[in-house]
Amino acid sequence: MIEVSVTVNGRAYEEAVAPRLLLSDFLRHTLGLTGTHVGCEHGVCGSCTVIVDDRSVRSCLMLAAQVDGAEVRTVEGLADGDELHPLQAAFRRNHALQCGFCTPGILMASVDFLERSDSPGRRQIAEMLSGHLCRCTGYEPIVESIHAVALQEGQSP
Amino acid sequence: MKPPVVDYLCPETVAEAVDLLGEHADGAKVLAGGQSLMPLLNMRFAYPTVLIDINRLEETAAIEPGDEVVVIGATVRQGDADQSRTVHAMVPLLAQALPHIGHFVTRNRGTIGGSVVHADPRGEVPLVMVTLGGRATVVSTSGTRTIEADDLFLSHYTTSIADDELLLDTIWPAPGGLWGYAFREFSQRHGDYALGMVACALRREDGVAKQATVAVGAVAGHPVVLDEVGAALVGEPIDERAAAEAGRLAAAAVDPSSDLHASARYRRHLVGLLTESALLAAWADTEREEA
Repeated sequence: MIEVSVTVNGRAYEEAVAPRLLLSDFLRHTLGLTGTHVGCEHGVCGSCTVIVDDRSVRSCLMLAAQVDGAEVRTVEGLADGDELHPLQAAFRRNHALQCGFCTPGILMASVDFLERSDSPGRRQIAEMLSGHLCRCTGYEPIVESIHAVALQEGQSP
Repeated sequence: MKPPVVDYLCPETVAEAVDLLGEHADGAKVLAGGQSLMPLLNMRFAYPTVLIDINRLEETAAIEPGDEVVVIGATVRQGDADQSRTVHAMVPLLAQALPHIGHFVTRNRGTIGGSVVHADPRGEVPLVMVTLGGRATVVSTSGTRTIEADDLFLSHYTTSIADDELLLDTIWPAPGGLWGYAFREFSQRHGDYALGMVACALRREDGVAKQATVAVGAVAGHPVVLDEVGAALVGEPIDERAAAEAGRLAAAAVDPSSDLHASARYRRHLVGLLTESALLAAWADTEREEA
Protein backbone atom coordinates (compact mmCIF):
# COMPACT_ATOMS: atom_id res chain seq x y z
CA MET A 1 0.00 0.00 0.00
CA ILE A 2 1.11 3.57 -0.64
CA GLU A 3 0.47 6.45 1.75
CA VAL A 4 -1.21 9.40 0.06
CA SER A 5 -1.80 12.85 1.58
CA VAL A 6 -4.00 14.92 -0.63
CA THR A 7 -6.24 17.95 -0.36
CA VAL A 8 -9.59 17.56 -2.07
CA ASN A 9 -11.87 20.60 -2.29
CA GLY A 10 -9.92 22.21 0.56
CA ARG A 11 -10.15 19.23 2.90
CA ALA A 12 -7.03 17.19 3.78
CA TYR A 13 -7.12 13.39 3.51
CA GLU A 14 -4.54 10.75 4.41
CA GLU A 15 -5.19 7.32 2.96
CA ALA A 16 -3.27 4.14 2.17
CA VAL A 17 -3.98 3.04 -1.41
CA ALA A 18 -3.14 0.07 -3.63
CA PRO A 19 -0.67 1.08 -6.38
CA ARG A 20 -3.16 0.27 -9.15
CA LEU A 21 -6.07 2.26 -7.68
CA LEU A 22 -7.27 4.85 -10.22
CA LEU A 23 -7.76 8.43 -9.05
CA SER A 24 -11.40 8.21 -10.21
CA ASP A 25 -12.05 5.17 -7.98
CA PHE A 26 -10.14 6.76 -5.10
CA LEU A 27 -12.40 9.83 -5.26
CA ARG A 28 -15.61 7.83 -5.59
CA HIS A 29 -15.01 4.75 -3.44
CA THR A 30 -12.37 5.74 -0.91
CA LEU A 31 -13.51 9.33 -0.31
CA GLY A 32 -17.17 8.87 -1.25
CA LEU A 33 -17.12 11.81 -3.67
CA THR A 34 -19.42 10.33 -6.28
CA GLY A 35 -19.93 13.57 -8.18
CA THR A 36 -17.02 12.55 -10.41
CA HIS A 37 -18.55 10.15 -12.92
CA VAL A 38 -16.85 7.24 -14.62
CA GLY A 39 -17.81 6.46 -18.20
CA CYS A 40 -15.35 4.83 -20.56
CA GLU A 41 -12.36 4.41 -18.24
CA HIS A 42 -9.90 4.92 -21.06
CA GLY A 43 -9.76 8.67 -21.45
CA VAL A 44 -12.24 9.15 -24.28
CA CYS A 45 -15.54 10.27 -22.73
CA GLY A 46 -14.31 13.02 -20.38
CA SER A 47 -16.87 12.29 -17.61
CA CYS A 48 -14.24 11.76 -14.93
CA THR A 49 -12.39 15.05 -15.50
CA VAL A 50 -11.19 16.73 -12.28
CA ILE A 51 -8.63 19.43 -11.56
CA VAL A 52 -5.24 18.42 -10.11
CA ASP A 53 -2.89 21.28 -9.17
CA ASP A 54 -4.74 23.78 -11.40
CA ARG A 55 -4.86 21.55 -14.50
CA SER A 56 -7.90 19.57 -15.65
CA VAL A 57 -7.09 15.88 -16.06
CA ARG A 58 -8.82 12.58 -16.72
CA SER A 59 -9.03 10.95 -13.28
CA CYS A 60 -9.35 7.50 -14.92
CA LEU A 61 -5.88 8.01 -16.43
CA MET A 62 -4.15 8.84 -13.17
CA LEU A 63 -3.31 6.67 -10.21
CA ALA A 64 -4.34 7.73 -6.72
CA ALA A 65 -0.66 7.29 -5.77
CA GLN A 66 0.20 10.15 -8.14
CA VAL A 67 -1.78 12.81 -6.28
CA ASP A 68 0.31 12.56 -3.10
CA GLY A 69 0.89 16.18 -2.06
CA ALA A 70 -1.50 17.56 -4.69
CA GLU A 71 -4.60 19.73 -4.53
CA VAL A 72 -7.59 18.22 -6.22
CA ARG A 73 -10.84 19.96 -7.14
CA THR A 74 -13.97 18.02 -8.04
CA VAL A 75 -17.49 19.09 -8.95
CA GLU A 76 -18.47 18.93 -5.26
CA GLY A 77 -16.19 21.90 -4.64
CA LEU A 78 -17.72 24.22 -7.25
CA ALA A 79 -20.81 25.56 -5.48
CA ASP A 80 -20.45 27.80 -2.42
CA GLY A 81 -23.13 26.35 -0.16
CA ASP A 82 -26.42 26.91 -1.98
CA GLU A 83 -24.87 29.36 -4.39
CA LEU A 84 -24.02 27.72 -7.70
CA HIS A 85 -20.75 28.38 -9.48
CA PRO A 86 -21.38 30.73 -12.46
CA LEU A 87 -20.88 27.81 -14.87
CA GLN A 88 -23.36 25.64 -12.98
CA ALA A 89 -25.87 28.51 -12.95
CA ALA A 90 -25.41 29.04 -16.69
CA PHE A 91 -25.85 25.30 -17.38
CA ARG A 92 -29.08 25.37 -15.38
CA ARG A 93 -30.35 28.52 -17.09
CA ASN A 94 -29.62 27.23 -20.59
CA HIS A 95 -30.81 23.64 -20.07
CA ALA A 96 -27.28 22.43 -20.77
CA LEU A 97 -27.86 19.08 -19.10
CA GLN A 98 -30.47 16.37 -19.23
CA CYS A 99 -29.26 13.15 -17.63
CA GLY A 100 -26.27 14.94 -16.12
CA PHE A 101 -23.81 12.10 -16.52
CA CYS A 102 -21.25 14.06 -18.55
CA THR A 103 -21.85 17.35 -16.71
CA PRO A 104 -19.31 17.14 -13.84
CA GLY A 105 -16.47 16.42 -16.26
CA ILE A 106 -17.51 19.19 -18.63
CA LEU A 107 -17.81 21.65 -15.74
CA MET A 108 -14.33 20.88 -14.39
CA ALA A 109 -12.71 21.07 -17.85
CA SER A 110 -14.55 24.36 -18.46
CA VAL A 111 -13.40 25.87 -15.16
CA ASP A 112 -9.77 25.18 -16.14
CA PHE A 113 -10.35 26.22 -19.77
CA LEU A 114 -11.88 29.58 -18.78
CA GLU A 115 -9.16 30.24 -16.20
CA ARG A 116 -6.52 29.85 -18.90
CA SER A 117 -8.12 31.26 -22.08
CA ASP A 118 -8.46 34.82 -23.15
CA SER A 119 -12.13 35.45 -24.08
CA PRO A 120 -12.63 32.23 -26.04
CA GLY A 121 -15.18 32.18 -28.86
CA ARG A 122 -17.69 29.46 -29.69
CA ARG A 123 -15.24 27.74 -32.01
CA GLN A 124 -12.58 27.33 -29.32
CA ILE A 125 -15.22 26.23 -26.84
CA ALA A 126 -16.50 23.61 -29.31
CA GLU A 127 -12.94 22.40 -29.83
CA MET A 128 -12.43 22.06 -26.09
CA LEU A 129 -15.72 20.14 -25.88
CA SER A 130 -14.46 17.65 -28.48
CA GLY A 131 -12.93 15.86 -25.49
CA HIS A 132 -16.33 15.31 -23.84
CA LEU A 133 -19.14 13.03 -24.92
CA CYS A 134 -22.71 14.13 -24.23
CA ARG A 135 -25.49 11.91 -25.54
CA CYS A 136 -28.48 14.08 -24.57
CA THR A 137 -28.27 17.77 -25.25
CA GLY A 138 -26.64 18.07 -28.66
CA TYR A 139 -23.94 20.36 -27.21
CA GLU A 140 -25.43 23.69 -28.33
CA PRO A 141 -26.76 24.67 -24.88
CA ILE A 142 -23.42 23.63 -23.37
CA VAL A 143 -21.48 25.86 -25.76
CA GLU A 144 -23.98 28.64 -25.04
CA SER A 145 -23.51 28.31 -21.27
CA ILE A 146 -19.70 28.32 -21.36
CA HIS A 147 -19.70 31.21 -23.83
CA ALA A 148 -22.06 33.21 -21.60
CA VAL A 149 -19.69 32.82 -18.63
CA ALA A 150 -16.68 33.67 -20.81
CA LEU A 151 -18.44 36.91 -21.83
CA GLN A 152 -19.33 37.71 -18.21
CA GLU A 153 -15.73 37.20 -17.15
CA GLY A 154 -14.54 39.36 -20.04
CA GLN A 155 -16.66 42.24 -18.68
CA SER A 156 -15.53 42.07 -15.06
CA PRO A 157 -12.34 43.98 -14.24
CA MET B 1 -11.45 -1.63 -16.96
CA LYS B 2 -8.99 -1.44 -14.08
CA PRO B 3 -5.19 -1.69 -14.27
CA PRO B 4 -3.64 -5.05 -13.46
CA VAL B 5 -1.81 -5.56 -10.16
CA VAL B 6 1.41 -3.62 -10.46
CA ASP B 7 4.08 -2.05 -8.26
CA TYR B 8 4.60 1.68 -8.30
CA LEU B 9 7.90 3.55 -7.88
CA CYS B 10 8.27 7.28 -7.94
CA PRO B 11 11.91 8.45 -8.33
CA GLU B 12 12.79 12.10 -7.77
CA THR B 13 15.90 12.28 -9.98
CA VAL B 14 17.00 10.97 -13.37
CA ALA B 15 19.85 9.03 -11.74
CA GLU B 16 17.39 7.29 -9.45
CA ALA B 17 14.97 6.59 -12.32
CA VAL B 18 17.75 5.10 -14.45
CA ASP B 19 18.91 2.84 -11.62
CA LEU B 20 15.35 1.60 -11.06
CA LEU B 21 14.91 1.03 -14.79
CA GLY B 22 18.18 -0.94 -14.91
CA GLU B 23 17.05 -3.04 -11.99
CA HIS B 24 13.55 -3.75 -13.34
CA ALA B 25 14.17 -3.53 -17.12
CA ASP B 26 12.34 -6.82 -17.72
CA GLY B 27 8.90 -5.88 -16.53
CA ALA B 28 9.03 -2.12 -15.99
CA LYS B 29 7.11 0.54 -17.85
CA VAL B 30 7.95 4.22 -17.53
CA LEU B 31 4.85 6.24 -16.67
CA ALA B 32 4.91 9.84 -17.91
CA GLY B 33 1.64 11.62 -18.80
CA GLY B 34 -0.18 8.31 -18.95
CA GLN B 35 -2.54 9.35 -21.75
CA SER B 36 -1.60 6.25 -23.77
CA LEU B 37 -0.13 3.92 -21.14
CA MET B 38 -3.01 4.23 -18.67
CA PRO B 39 -5.66 3.21 -21.26
CA LEU B 40 -3.43 0.26 -22.20
CA LEU B 41 -3.33 -0.74 -18.52
CA ASN B 42 -7.05 -0.17 -17.98
CA MET B 43 -7.83 -2.30 -21.02
CA ARG B 44 -5.30 -4.94 -19.89
CA PHE B 45 -3.32 -4.70 -23.11
CA ALA B 46 -0.17 -4.11 -21.03
CA TYR B 47 0.95 -6.08 -17.97
CA PRO B 48 4.06 -4.43 -16.54
CA THR B 49 5.22 -5.66 -13.14
CA VAL B 50 6.28 -2.18 -12.06
CA LEU B 51 5.49 1.39 -13.09
CA ILE B 52 8.30 3.92 -12.79
CA ASP B 53 6.57 7.28 -12.54
CA ILE B 54 8.81 10.07 -13.91
CA ASN B 55 6.36 12.93 -13.28
CA ARG B 56 8.38 14.19 -10.32
CA LEU B 57 11.67 14.53 -12.23
CA GLU B 58 12.65 18.18 -12.48
CA GLU B 59 15.54 17.64 -14.92
CA THR B 60 13.24 16.58 -17.76
CA ALA B 61 10.60 19.30 -17.41
CA ALA B 62 12.16 22.26 -19.26
CA ILE B 63 12.08 23.76 -22.76
CA GLU B 64 15.54 25.18 -23.52
CA PRO B 65 16.39 27.24 -26.61
CA GLY B 66 19.93 26.62 -27.91
CA ASP B 67 22.03 27.37 -30.98
CA GLU B 68 19.67 26.58 -33.88
CA VAL B 69 17.92 23.95 -31.74
CA VAL B 70 15.31 23.72 -29.03
CA VAL B 71 15.69 21.01 -26.41
CA ILE B 72 12.40 19.79 -24.99
CA GLY B 73 12.55 17.70 -21.81
CA ALA B 74 10.78 14.34 -21.93
CA THR B 75 8.13 15.26 -19.36
CA VAL B 76 7.15 18.65 -20.82
CA ARG B 77 3.36 18.55 -21.24
CA GLN B 78 1.95 18.85 -24.76
CA GLY B 79 -0.25 21.70 -23.52
CA ASP B 80 2.74 23.57 -22.06
CA ALA B 81 4.74 23.13 -25.28
CA ASP B 82 1.71 24.52 -27.11
CA GLN B 83 1.79 27.61 -24.85
CA SER B 84 5.57 28.07 -25.19
CA ARG B 85 6.79 31.18 -27.03
CA THR B 86 10.10 29.41 -27.68
CA VAL B 87 8.36 26.53 -29.42
CA HIS B 88 6.17 28.86 -31.49
CA ALA B 89 9.08 31.06 -32.52
CA MET B 90 11.72 28.40 -33.12
CA VAL B 91 9.86 25.16 -33.97
CA PRO B 92 6.71 26.45 -35.68
CA LEU B 93 5.99 23.08 -37.33
CA LEU B 94 5.67 21.45 -33.91
CA ALA B 95 3.52 24.37 -32.72
CA GLN B 96 1.18 23.77 -35.68
CA ALA B 97 0.90 20.06 -34.89
CA LEU B 98 0.36 20.24 -31.11
CA PRO B 99 -3.31 21.34 -31.09
CA HIS B 100 -4.15 18.21 -33.12
CA ILE B 101 -3.03 15.89 -30.30
CA GLY B 102 -6.03 14.53 -28.42
CA HIS B 103 -7.99 17.14 -26.49
CA PHE B 104 -7.47 20.15 -24.19
CA VAL B 105 -7.65 17.96 -21.07
CA THR B 106 -5.42 15.16 -22.37
CA ARG B 107 -2.78 17.68 -23.52
CA ASN B 108 -2.65 18.98 -19.93
CA ARG B 109 -1.18 15.66 -18.92
CA GLY B 110 0.29 14.03 -22.07
CA THR B 111 3.99 14.66 -22.64
CA ILE B 112 6.17 15.28 -25.69
CA GLY B 113 8.45 12.42 -24.60
CA GLY B 114 5.49 10.09 -24.15
CA SER B 115 4.31 10.78 -27.72
CA VAL B 116 7.80 9.91 -28.97
CA VAL B 117 8.30 6.64 -27.09
CA HIS B 118 4.71 5.48 -27.66
CA ALA B 119 5.46 5.76 -31.41
CA ASP B 120 1.87 5.59 -32.56
CA PRO B 121 1.99 5.52 -36.37
CA ARG B 122 -0.71 8.21 -36.25
CA GLY B 123 1.23 10.34 -33.78
CA GLU B 124 1.79 14.01 -34.62
CA VAL B 125 5.02 14.40 -32.63
CA PRO B 126 6.90 11.52 -34.36
CA LEU B 127 5.90 12.87 -37.79
CA VAL B 128 7.18 16.37 -37.01
CA MET B 129 10.37 14.94 -35.52
CA VAL B 130 11.12 12.91 -38.65
CA THR B 131 10.29 15.86 -40.92
CA LEU B 132 12.67 18.20 -39.12
CA GLY B 133 15.39 15.59 -38.54
CA GLY B 134 15.19 15.79 -34.75
CA ARG B 135 17.10 13.68 -32.26
CA ALA B 136 16.39 11.95 -28.97
CA THR B 137 18.71 11.71 -25.98
CA VAL B 138 18.38 8.51 -23.98
CA VAL B 139 20.18 7.41 -20.84
CA SER B 140 20.78 4.11 -19.09
CA THR B 141 23.16 2.84 -16.41
CA SER B 142 25.71 2.31 -19.22
CA GLY B 143 25.61 5.95 -20.35
CA THR B 144 23.91 8.45 -22.63
CA ARG B 145 23.38 8.20 -26.40
CA THR B 146 21.68 10.23 -29.11
CA ILE B 147 19.31 8.66 -31.64
CA GLU B 148 18.45 10.34 -34.95
CA ALA B 149 14.71 10.51 -35.68
CA ASP B 150 15.26 8.36 -38.79
CA ASP B 151 16.65 5.55 -36.63
CA LEU B 152 14.17 6.00 -33.80
CA PHE B 153 10.77 4.93 -35.14
CA LEU B 154 11.00 1.30 -36.25
CA SER B 155 7.40 0.17 -36.60
CA HIS B 156 3.95 0.37 -34.97
CA TYR B 157 4.51 1.37 -31.32
CA THR B 158 8.18 0.32 -31.59
CA THR B 159 11.25 2.49 -31.17
CA SER B 160 14.98 1.73 -31.00
CA ILE B 161 15.04 2.82 -27.33
CA ALA B 162 16.09 -0.20 -25.25
CA ASP B 163 14.10 -1.51 -22.26
CA ASP B 164 16.66 -0.14 -19.78
CA GLU B 165 16.90 3.29 -21.45
CA LEU B 166 15.03 6.40 -20.36
CA LEU B 167 14.21 9.20 -22.82
CA LEU B 168 15.71 12.39 -21.38
CA ASP B 169 14.85 14.96 -24.02
CA THR B 170 14.15 15.55 -27.69
CA ILE B 171 16.18 17.97 -29.80
CA TRP B 172 14.38 20.01 -32.46
CA PRO B 173 16.34 21.77 -35.24
CA ALA B 174 15.58 25.46 -35.66
CA PRO B 175 17.73 26.36 -38.68
CA GLY B 176 18.28 29.90 -39.91
CA GLY B 177 17.28 31.00 -43.43
CA LEU B 178 13.92 31.39 -45.10
CA TRP B 179 12.01 28.32 -44.00
CA GLY B 180 8.31 27.70 -44.33
CA TYR B 181 6.43 24.94 -42.55
CA ALA B 182 2.99 23.39 -42.68
CA PHE B 183 1.21 20.54 -40.92
CA ARG B 184 -2.03 19.04 -42.18
CA GLU B 185 -4.12 16.19 -40.87
CA PHE B 186 -7.58 14.88 -41.45
CA SER B 187 -9.67 13.04 -38.88
CA GLN B 188 -13.40 12.44 -38.71
CA ARG B 189 -13.80 14.34 -35.44
CA HIS B 190 -11.43 16.83 -33.81
CA GLY B 191 -8.99 14.95 -31.58
CA ASP B 192 -9.62 11.56 -33.20
CA TYR B 193 -6.77 9.58 -34.67
CA ALA B 194 -5.88 10.94 -38.08
CA LEU B 195 -6.76 9.07 -41.25
CA GLY B 196 -3.90 10.87 -42.95
CA MET B 197 -1.30 13.48 -41.99
CA VAL B 198 1.39 15.39 -43.86
CA ALA B 199 4.15 17.70 -42.65
CA CYS B 200 6.47 19.70 -44.84
CA ALA B 201 9.45 22.01 -44.51
CA LEU B 202 10.66 24.21 -47.39
CA ARG B 203 13.70 26.47 -47.61
CA ARG B 204 13.31 29.25 -50.12
CA GLU B 205 16.12 31.06 -51.90
CA ASP B 206 15.94 33.29 -54.99
CA GLY B 207 12.26 32.54 -55.48
CA VAL B 208 12.63 28.75 -55.63
CA ALA B 209 12.67 25.88 -53.13
CA LYS B 210 16.29 25.07 -52.22
CA GLN B 211 15.40 22.31 -49.78
CA ALA B 212 12.13 20.45 -49.43
CA THR B 213 11.01 17.71 -47.05
CA VAL B 214 7.59 16.12 -47.29
CA ALA B 215 6.70 13.43 -44.74
CA VAL B 216 3.52 11.44 -44.18
CA GLY B 217 2.02 9.79 -41.11
CA ALA B 218 -0.84 7.37 -40.43
CA VAL B 219 -0.28 5.42 -43.66
CA ALA B 220 2.51 3.06 -42.53
CA GLY B 221 3.95 1.63 -39.32
CA HIS B 222 6.00 4.77 -38.75
CA PRO B 223 6.26 8.25 -40.27
CA VAL B 224 7.90 8.26 -43.70
CA VAL B 225 9.87 10.98 -45.49
CA LEU B 226 8.92 10.93 -49.19
CA ASP B 227 12.39 11.61 -50.65
CA GLU B 228 11.26 11.56 -54.27
CA VAL B 229 8.56 14.15 -53.63
CA GLY B 230 11.00 16.50 -51.87
CA ALA B 231 13.63 16.04 -54.60
CA ALA B 232 11.12 16.89 -57.36
CA LEU B 233 10.33 20.22 -55.67
CA VAL B 234 13.91 21.48 -55.38
CA GLY B 235 14.70 24.27 -57.83
CA GLU B 236 11.02 25.09 -58.39
CA PRO B 237 8.79 27.85 -57.14
CA ILE B 238 5.89 26.11 -55.36
CA ASP B 239 2.85 27.26 -57.29
CA GLU B 240 -0.49 25.49 -57.61
CA ARG B 241 0.73 23.35 -60.48
CA ALA B 242 3.87 22.20 -58.62
CA ALA B 243 1.89 21.48 -55.45
CA ALA B 244 -0.72 19.45 -57.33
CA GLU B 245 1.98 17.44 -59.10
CA ALA B 246 3.71 16.79 -55.75
CA GLY B 247 0.36 15.65 -54.34
CA ARG B 248 0.03 13.11 -57.19
CA LEU B 249 3.58 11.88 -56.55
CA ALA B 250 2.95 11.58 -52.82
CA ALA B 251 -0.29 9.66 -53.32
CA ALA B 252 1.50 7.25 -55.64
CA ALA B 253 4.39 6.82 -53.21
CA VAL B 254 2.37 5.60 -50.22
CA ASP B 255 0.88 2.16 -49.72
CA PRO B 256 -1.71 2.43 -46.94
CA SER B 257 -3.95 -0.46 -45.94
CA SER B 258 -7.72 -0.52 -45.69
CA ASP B 259 -9.43 -0.81 -42.34
CA LEU B 260 -12.75 -0.15 -40.62
CA HIS B 261 -12.22 3.61 -40.81
CA ALA B 262 -11.18 4.14 -44.43
CA SER B 263 -10.16 2.29 -47.57
CA ALA B 264 -6.59 2.31 -48.88
CA ARG B 265 -7.79 4.21 -51.94
CA TYR B 266 -9.38 6.91 -49.79
CA ARG B 267 -6.26 7.24 -47.64
CA ARG B 268 -4.03 7.56 -50.71
CA HIS B 269 -6.34 10.26 -52.10
CA LEU B 270 -6.13 12.04 -48.74
CA VAL B 271 -2.30 12.00 -48.80
CA GLY B 272 -2.42 13.71 -52.21
CA LEU B 273 -4.80 16.45 -51.05
CA LEU B 274 -2.99 17.04 -47.74
CA THR B 275 0.40 17.21 -49.48
CA GLU B 276 -0.87 19.77 -51.98
CA SER B 277 -2.46 21.89 -49.27
CA ALA B 278 0.57 21.65 -46.96
CA LEU B 279 3.01 22.66 -49.69
CA LEU B 280 1.05 25.76 -50.65
CA ALA B 281 0.76 26.76 -47.00
CA ALA B 282 4.47 26.15 -46.33
CA TRP B 283 5.42 28.21 -49.39
CA ALA B 284 3.17 31.04 -48.22
CA ASP B 285 4.86 30.71 -44.83
CA THR B 286 8.29 31.38 -46.44
CA GLU B 287 6.84 34.54 -47.97
CA ARG B 288 5.58 35.66 -44.59
CA GLU B 289 9.07 35.18 -43.17
CA GLU B 290 10.53 37.30 -45.96
CA ALA B 291 8.13 40.19 -45.36
